[in-house]
Amino acid sequence: MSSRPLSPALVALRARIARIEAGDAARPQVLPFGIAPFDRSLPGGGLALGCLHEVAGQGDGAAATGFVAGIAARTRGGVLWCVARQDLFAPGLEQSGLPPDRVIHVEAGDDRAVLACMEEGLRHGGLGAVIGDIARLPMVASRRLHLAARESGTLCLALRRWGPGADGDFGQPTAAMTRWRVSALPSAPLPVPGVGRARWRIELVRARAGEGFEIELEACDGTGHLGLPADMAGGPAAAAGGRRRAPG
Amino acid sequence: MDRLRRQADGAAPPAEAPLVIAGRDGSRRVVMAVDGRAQALGLRAGMALAKAQALVPGLAVVPADPRADARGLERLALWLMQRIAPVVAVDAPDGIVIDSTGADHLHGGEAPMLDALVGRLALAGVTARAAIADSWGAAHALARYRADPVLVAAPGTAGAMLAPLPVQALRLPPALCDGLHDLGLACIGDLVGQPRAPLTRRFGPEPCRRLDQALGRAVEPIIPLRASDPIEARCSFAEPIAAAETIARHIARLVDALCALLAERGLGARRLDLLCHRIDGTVQPVRVGLARPVRDPRRLARLLCDRIETIDPGPGIEIMSLAAILAQPLAERQSASALVEQAEPDLSGLIDRLSNRVGAGAVYRFAPVASDVPERSVRRIPPLAGDCGAGWPGHWPRPARLLTHPDPIETMALLPDHPPHWFRWRGARHLVRRADGPERIFGEWWKRDAELAAVRDYFRVEDDSGARFWIFRAGDGEDAATGSHRWFLHGVFG
Repeated sequence: MSSRPLSPALVALRARIARIEAGDAARPQVLPFGIAPFDRSLPGGGLALGCLHEVAGQGDGAAATGFVAGIAARTRGGVLWCVARQDLFAPGLEQSGLPPDRVIHVEAGDDRAVLACMEEGLRHGGLGAVIGDIARLPMVASRRLHLAARESGTLCLALRRWGPGADGDFGQPTAAMTRWRVSALPSAPLPVPGVGRARWRIELVRARAGEGFEIELEACDGTGHLGLPADMAGGPAAAAGGRRRAPG
Repeated sequence: MDRLRRQADGAAPPAEAPLVIAGRDGSRRVVMAVDGRAQALGLRAGMALAKAQALVPGLAVVPADPRADARGLERLALWLMQRIAPVVAVDAPDGIVIDSTGADHLHGGEAPMLDALVGRLALAGVTARAAIADSWGAAHALARYRADPVLVAAPGTAGAMLAPLPVQALRLPPALCDGLHDLGLACIGDLVGQPRAPLTRRFGPEPCRRLDQALGRAVEPIIPLRASDPIEARCSFAEPIAAAETIARHIARLVDALCALLAERGLGARRLDLLCHRIDGTVQPVRVGLARPVRDPRRLARLLCDRIETIDPGPGIEIMSLAAILAQPLAERQSASALVEQAEPDLSGLIDRLSNRVGAGAVYRFAPVASDVPERSVRRIPPLAGDCGAGWPGHWPRPARLLTHPDPIETMALLPDHPPHWFRWRGARHLVRRADGPERIFGEWWKRDAELAAVRDYFRVEDDSGARFWIFRAGDGEDAATGSHRWFLHGVFG
């Protein structure tokens, strides 16, 4: 999954746009995933810190929860996790790499309060990541979160998730830097009866200054790192794992 | 009554004997109050003492001490002021009125606040009844004359709830109530429909005034109790103020003055009350709580300014006072040297802002509990509590999301120790491709008798789309005493 070489003019233009967008701030830091084909296709070589990222799941969004927990686990410092109603299970989060001592949970009651609490967390600046379970994320709210994240350099993850009765607005335009969709795949069969390591199809649906792609990876281990499936690691098969989407 | 039982440990009358408190009404000695046992024997407040003693031999009689009662009530009111809300006053002779405006968010809402309050009082040996309503009068009536010990009347419904209550609930003197009874006006609903002029001519202004107060048509300010030695800053204005920016400016000034006072005494504020006295005599309170003692003016001002929108200036505010209701010692600390390692970021400011926004109970961390039953293996601890270090044993995979109540599912499974072939959850059918288990979890028979034989067999299953679920069967699959053998879905894996 090598990225197409960009023309120098395009690189220069992107750098100029980035300077305009960021003001005089330094180039944003990134959080690499540690999987070469994956990181190569992300602008900057990883998930940009100090930005808003959207992650949606399928169904109840449990795979997305694990994905988000794994990303937060690899940041430094505390994590603020805001939900409208609490259903996170701390032992499960710990197995994705987030020990209970690092996570402060906020049970806000409704979406508006979740957004307000996330913004408070982002503006504080002493946290590693701020996560919020949000059903509806309007453009204005997402812009506020993104600006707050940019000011403090804290990673902001909006986990787009809604109950069986409600409907979310995932797919509507937001100010998010990247937009992901994570869905579960059947795990590789084991030689004995039992359930193997979970596999996810991770789709980058939209990225500013980047292109979308999709890839199959193994779920987070106990330290929040994703794994490259054994049947794809090494050799040309790895490149075939990520099917390139039409640019745009 | 409860004051007596709490106060005198050894000297108190034995709890088994029925107890009454006797007082004087003119020249008669009457029963002022009775305890539960005496009530069961047919004694009532207001009956002659001699009659009561004749009815119940061995009756314990204690002379009434109204002054000590009043002192006890005032102490209780001060305690409530520190813990519940800034505006608290004694509603003589037997009640306390609290203006919970601007403070209920700290306790998770009105109903949880009342439940917690009555529970705390019950633990302390005080039987209390509580009600929240739009006006002092309505709350007074509902707390005393409704059956439920804890009641929250939604805004606007107080009138309908008051209608069936007797006229005594309106805080009218007994003679006046008798007079109303003679006219056939027994309950408040009867009184509401009456023309006012004849009522006033006959009974004076009292019935209509009390009725208006109860229904919220007339203002009834609560004159708040103050602690004897408050740490307080006040400012009064020549011209009443109303604009949010002006209020914010004065808050900043008050906070500076208060912080200077706190610094003099080496204290930091844990709870702040801002009282805005309006020119129409009502008080708009704002209370903020802090996780740790603080006397940083910027932080305190920010917390108070976040809540300006809850202040209704009405016709204008003439006095603002800011008091540190709860203060704790706060010593200056040397900050860590940045040479060796980066200092931990101080999260207490963030925690304070979040707690004041969503309630202190809604900001927490999870900590492990040594229990195999999944829903009992976590507890919530305050966000700034020290690290617990340990996590949960990691031998078994645990889901990222756990349902509060396990959902019953429809399954087809072989007994005793096979996972289901398929199951139906929330209307969707899942075909089980792979499964791990069972992980058998026994009930905590050493803590709960009901779980003596209870067993749950947990399976981790993966359906044909790859989604993973945590399901269990109540019971071991053989012995019906261990559970119902029904299947439940308890969590979803990430």
